[in-house]
Amino acid sequence: MQKMGKQKNKTASFSFWNWVIASIIFRLILIYFPKNLNLASRPEVSTPLTSFRRLAEGYWLKQLSMSPYAGFSFCFFFFSLCPTFFNFFFILIRQKKEMYLIFLVFGYSGSMYHGSPLLLSLLGPLTVKRIEGQPNHLLYSLVSVIADVVSAILIRATGKNLRLAYLRSLESLDIVQQTKASEILSPGDAAALIYLWNPFTIVACVGLSTSPIENMAVILCLYGACSRLVPLAAFGWVIATHLSLYPAILIIPVIFLLGCGPDAPPRKLFLQKNNKEEVLSKSKLRLGFSWRPITHFAFWALLWSAYVLVLCGISLKQFGGLWEMFKSTYGFILTVEDLSPNIGVLWYFFAEVFDFFRNFFLIVFHVNILFMIMPLAIRLHHRPCFLAFVYIAIFSMLKSYPSVGDSALYLGLLGWFVNELADIQFSFFLFCGYVGVSLLSPVMHTLWIWRGTGNANFYFATAMVYACLQIILVVEGVSAMLNHDRKLRNLATSKPQDAKS
Amino acid sequence: MTLLQRPVLVLLLLVTHHLLQCWIAFGSVDEEGQKQEEFNEELLLKPLPDRTVLAHFHFQSSAPPSTSNGRHHHLFPKAISQLVQKFRVKEMELSFTQGRWNYERWGGFDPIASSNAKPPGVELWAVFDVPQHQVDASWKNLTHALSGLFCASINFLESTSTYSAPEWSFPPSSGNLRYGTLPREAVCTENLTPWLKLLPCRDKAGLAVLLDRPSIYRGFYHSQRLHLTSTGSGSKGTDSGIILNQALTVVLQPIQPNGQRASMDHASEKHIQPSWSLSSIFGKQVRGRCVLAKSSKVYLQLDRGLVAELKRIHKENEKSVANGLTSENFWSYPSFELSANPDRIVVEENSLHSKSSSILYNFQVEKYSESEPLDLGLTWKIPVVWLCQSAPLHSSRYLMGSGNERGAIAISLKSTQLREGFMGAFADNERCELRVDVFQVVPWYVKVYFHSLQVFIDQQPKAVSDVIEKIHVSPSKDKVSPGMMEMVLKLPCRVKSAALTIEFDKGFLHIDEYPPDANQGFDIPSAIISFPNFHASMFFLEDGSVNKSPLLSKFQEKSPVMSYTEVLLVPLTTPDFSMPYNVITITCTVFALYFGSLLNVLRRRIAEEERFLKDKATKKTGQLPLLLSKLSAKLRGRPWEPPHSPPSSSFFISSKLVFKVILVAGLAVSWQYYFS
Repeated sequence: MQKMGKQKNKTASFSFWNWVIASIIFRLILIYFPKNLNLASRPEVSTPLTSFRRLAEGYWLKQLSMSPYAGFSFCFFFFSLCPTFFNFFFILIRQKKEMYLIFLVFGYSGSMYHGSPLLLSLLGPLTVKRIEGQPNHLLYSLVSVIADVVSAILIRATGKNLRLAYLRSLESLDIVQQTKASEILSPGDAAALIYLWNPFTIVACVGLSTSPIENMAVILCLYGACSRLVPLAAFGWVIATHLSLYPAILIIPVIFLLGCGPDAPPRKLFLQKNNKEEVLSKSKLRLGFSWRPITHFAFWALLWSAYVLVLCGISLKQFGGLWEMFKSTYGFILTVEDLSPNIGVLWYFFAEVFDFFRNFFLIVFHVNILFMIMPLAIRLHHRPCFLAFVYIAIFSMLKSYPSVGDSALYLGLLGWFVNELADIQFSFFLFCGYVGVSLLSPVMHTLWIWRGTGNANFYFATAMVYACLQIILVVEGVSAMLNHDRKLRNLATSKPQDAKS
Repeated sequence: MTLLQRPVLVLLLLVTHHLLQCWIAFGSVDEEGQKQEEFNEELLLKPLPDRTVLAHFHFQSSAPPSTSNGRHHHLFPKAISQLVQKFRVKEMELSFTQGRWNYERWGGFDPIASSNAKPPGVELWAVFDVPQHQVDASWKNLTHALSGLFCASINFLESTSTYSAPEWSFPPSSGNLRYGTLPREAVCTENLTPWLKLLPCRDKAGLAVLLDRPSIYRGFYHSQRLHLTSTGSGSKGTDSGIILNQALTVVLQPIQPNGQRASMDHASEKHIQPSWSLSSIFGKQVRGRCVLAKSSKVYLQLDRGLVAELKRIHKENEKSVANGLTSENFWSYPSFELSANPDRIVVEENSLHSKSSSILYNFQVEKYSESEPLDLGLTWKIPVVWLCQSAPLHSSRYLMGSGNERGAIAISLKSTQLREGFMGAFADNERCELRVDVFQVVPWYVKVYFHSLQVFIDQQPKAVSDVIEKIHVSPSKDKVSPGMMEMVLKLPCRVKSAALTIEFDKGFLHIDEYPPDANQGFDIPSAIISFPNFHASMFFLEDGSVNKSPLLSKFQEKSPVMSYTEVLLVPLTTPDFSMPYNVITITCTVFALYFGSLLNVLRRRIAEEERFLKDKATKKTGQLPLLLSKLSAKLRGRPWEPPHSPPSSSFFISSKLVFKVILVAGLAVSWQYYFS
């Protein structure tokens, strides 16, 4: 919230695009630092799912005709002369310097890479490509930067869209005058700039993790739903789900978005209003729930997921197929197999919990995400974008391998609701908490892992604090949004009386 | 009468004993002409350059394939034959080792160093004669059986995360090979006793008498090995023949008499090698052979390097002092003195890679007895300094990096003096290449990034594809299988040093998976570096004696030069082992906080809403409670007022509640009915 406060002044004096360019330049400066400031190996940035090194390992294994997940144990030979008589049996791939690799495939397995096979095909080549005189992973970093900028532009467009819808609904309630006074800046610009300049986003981008791309898919989905581009929304949703599973629950806000349009005050309010003043034409606002775009969405989602599955199937044909992929991506997410420390709380929990209870707690923690879906959907169905924000915040807090890239996404989306959440409680406390945790957590990690003077409990304590901060943010955010709706209703219902009196 | 009877009885006993002995020892061919079971015992002693003595015991028991014996054996240990038959083991080797073989000082090229030096702890590999899918099951059973047999925790090799299946880098390559090591296994006398029990004479007679526990375990290195090969017989009904080789290699420091230590101050005697005898290194003497053994021999080997050095000294002396000794029998030249006369002298045929050849003095134990024990000793007269022949490249392995998050394993190969000799033979060839095989197993919690493999030759980074001719990788799978890497390197002959580095991340384990002393660290088993172009074998001319001696025929077998690297100790981060309850409760509290507070916010309504709801509720409430309250008001004589909390006052009427109660009761009844 404080950040927003700062942004307010900045955007007032400078144009949006200057800040975008400045953020790109800032990222490039960081990328040109030697060894990327070692951000790629930070536990906050690279989880087993988003780690760049694991991606490179997966690509290496795949290049050697080995399953990137299961890993087929394999054999390859380098021959300096072309052994043409072998061509008959083996796949030959031409390497530089007239080298030939011959691959033999044996069945065995490994566990390093847990991402999507599509990402492997798209980003994999960038992990090995090097340009002379440039940083090692320049091309890959550029892709991350582009993903960030595209996300920011989409966030801005969505924010503008939301703003228009909001104003329209206020107009129909005749309370534009009262609320206009509290408007400070365009939520689209604010959200985009928060997303671009958030240290978490910058770190995730420079640290070569894959989360900028996952975030872009989520934002693409929301943008598509907001601007009623059904195929785009379906594409974003399918890709986001494919990459990290959790965005699957975003289907509920997307359905609301497509069914009854972007965020608006509660529908009941319009009905009351309409009852009182029948002058208002119904054509101005769609109040009903239209099923047409949803069937469209379902159709497109099916189409895209079939497409994605076929692509994955093709790329994993000789490595055990789709089942192997599901087992080592979704299975890996759901069973929390990797216990290396991250900013979440589950790693330490599952490192300590008795094996006997492991399955029980796995179910409890995952159901915790699902349990809140229904109550939130019922209470916030008139504000699907805010609902999406809350869902994203919840799953990035409770997911098995959280990273700062996930936090960057929901903090960016928070900017959309600058005006609605202006009177959120504890905003200063939350800001200080975020700053404090992001400073303390690396210190505790260093003390524990590198210097050996600390203890796992210290690092876990910062993770606990971080989880609490996110909980407070979500709870207070929801509470502030409900209060805002109440305020609007008060304005809408009390206004006629004021006019009369 | 009794006085008369006793000598007769003793005589009778003596005669029968002798007869029995003769029958057992020399009756190697029975009535049907079938081969009988055999037992041979041999001991090889060898002075090492660093003032120590190597003693290599070699016991061979063999059981030929036969139908007649059935399940019974004369000499062969029944436990082993049952093992082989039950698990269909084709070949197996088990070694218990303590200490590390010093490849630089004790040599790395001769058969003892290359095939008998083993990594610390337990190493087991086995080849099975079963279909592919049964190999793992057989392996598991075998580890348990061996664990019971040798009082060692070999059963830890049962889990799939501890053993691997090398494809081709391990010498007896075959699809049915399994290989596992336990680097931390402590080896001591409880492992030696069952091993000795497999010998027909145990340690009561023969050469095994020398195995005095305190003196063995005082040594720098000791390794007991059990190698068995079953010469499979195709036909049904016959048991397969088994050859069991038991070898025990110790490197001991002879205890010197105090007088000699005092005279060490003398400058000329400083470099004189310590003199030793069997009784000074083992504290025991050989008092005769094991009567069940077919042959019982003691060898004293002089190393190639030592022989060359002695020859050089001898020639110098010949020049200065013209004595009558010819260069052929220079070994009788008094640069050293043997306390017993050798029965035969075996000279090695000139080997490919070195100029001189080693000499073996053979002593037949049959000639010695209780009254005249064999106490073989070697007394040096003049100071001699020599070097043992080492492998073409000296390999070592170390860890790089600090902290508990990640690190790197480096295997470095440095050229040794042998390379020059080798270069002399093949030098002018520009395309001369040195082939090196590397076999490395890493446990799953050391997560190796195979793409980070780097090769440095003479400190210059090289493209991986230029150096590695062939690679076979099987990445580790968490908690299931270890990572395995087999590589064939082609190095240029002129290479001075080569290094391989590979990065890894350290894994984090569940608290139950840490061993008792978790902060000590975890061991990465030794890598095996082998040089397939070089063969550590000796050739002997005298056919008769060589064929009879299993030890020498073992030396003649062609086997690639192999060396084991150091075991690495990787410290892993530990969680707090005392925290499980705290972590569970705190984490659950946070989850409850999240769930509770969010749900609370969602259902909270502020004052006006509540009033509105109340109004609505009063409208909805039925007439009966209204009447009742009116009635009660009248009875009390007070003016009637509308109820403040209608939902709570109308609980017994609320149709919804009644419906719910009925539903739950119905469910309960049906549940009860259905399950009873």
